[in-house]
Amino acid sequence: MIVLLAVVAGVVAGLVLQPTVPLDLQPYLPIAVVAALDALFGGVRAWLEQIFDDKVFVVSFVGNVLVASLIVYLGDKLGVGGELSTSIVVVLGIRIFSNAAAIRRRLFRA
Amino acid sequence: MTADPGTEGGASAWRRISAALRARPGRGQVVAGLLCGALAFAVVAQAHTTARGSGVSAARTQDLLTILSDLQGRADRLRSQVSDLQLTQARLSGGGANTQAALAEARSRAQTLGILTGTVAARGPGVVLTISDPRHAVHADVLVDAIEELRDAGAEALQLSGVRVVASTALVDADGGVSIDGHQVNAPYRLVAIGDARTLSSALGIPGGVVDSVQALSGAQATVVASPSVSVTALRPLSTPRYARPAASPSPR
Repeated sequence: MIVLLAVVAGVVAGLVLQPTVPLDLQPYLPIAVVAALDALFGGVRAWLEQIFDDKVFVVSFVGNVLVASLIVYLGDKLGVGGELSTSIVVVLGIRIFSNAAAIRRRLFRA
Repeated sequence: MTADPGTEGGASAWRRISAALRARPGRGQVVAGLLCGALAFAVVAQAHTTARGSGVSAARTQDLLTILSDLQGRADRLRSQVSDLQLTQARLSGGGANTQAALAEARSRAQTLGILTGTVAARGPGVVLTISDPRHAVHADVLVDAIEELRDAGAEALQLSGVRVVASTALVDADGGVSIDGHQVNAPYRLVAIGDARTLSSALGIPGGVVDSVQALSGAQATVVASPSVSVTALRPLSTPRYARPAASPSPR
């Protein structure tokens, strides 16, 4: 319940404030968002499998975001930022899909 | 997050969702909610930025360099195209102007040459010299003198009794008159000259000049009439030279 409320509040805040992403953050925010989505799907799956843990979720969420941003930052410094961003998106996308498949199986038995 | 000990399966999962929606939030759920809210906020912000920006501001240095070199190459290509087209345009318009100018020049030259060679009728200020000769005292030499005098005075087109007088015109004495280029002409002779009327008439009227020498002949009379507009209408067929060919001249004019 509170999660849904928070999501709605975040969307509304984003729409109302019309925030401008700082220039320094612009390469990292999309990757961080994808990483957070991965953590979110993992958390939902764990919750449905009754092994959900608040601490694990928070740590994986923050850790995912930090690691993803770090990798992109490192890639930028090494001159392969674009390629590393693509690879992160691919890996996290695969994970998101597998998690979504697990959730779907649990919810719809299909 | 209350762990509902329901049976494994889709039905229990749905039951757990509805239970969780009704459940009182614990501390951990608050933290997770905050994170999800932050995630939603970030998604919206990122989507907003992506939709608004052209993508250049968020691009990396490498990508920017690639884009820049792409654009520079494109600009170079377009610039060379522009200069090519400008060259073509200049050539075409210049060619058109040249053609026009050449055509006008050729026309005016043709007119000038036509007047000189007697293939074109002419009109302008000039004089009319009429010589009456009831006793056949005027011979070809007198007429040649008159023509030479008029030419010296700047006459540009000449006509003697209906025959055009050009550079190659020959005057020969004939029975009771003069033969001009084979045309028999009898008195009175009417010599029309186009040029500066005052100069021409004074050239004819100088003491001891044409008029005086004609008056000295027995019975001959010479009258000079200056007019602001006289016509030389007699034409001469153009003879194509058989042997002479145009040669490269040092100057086009």
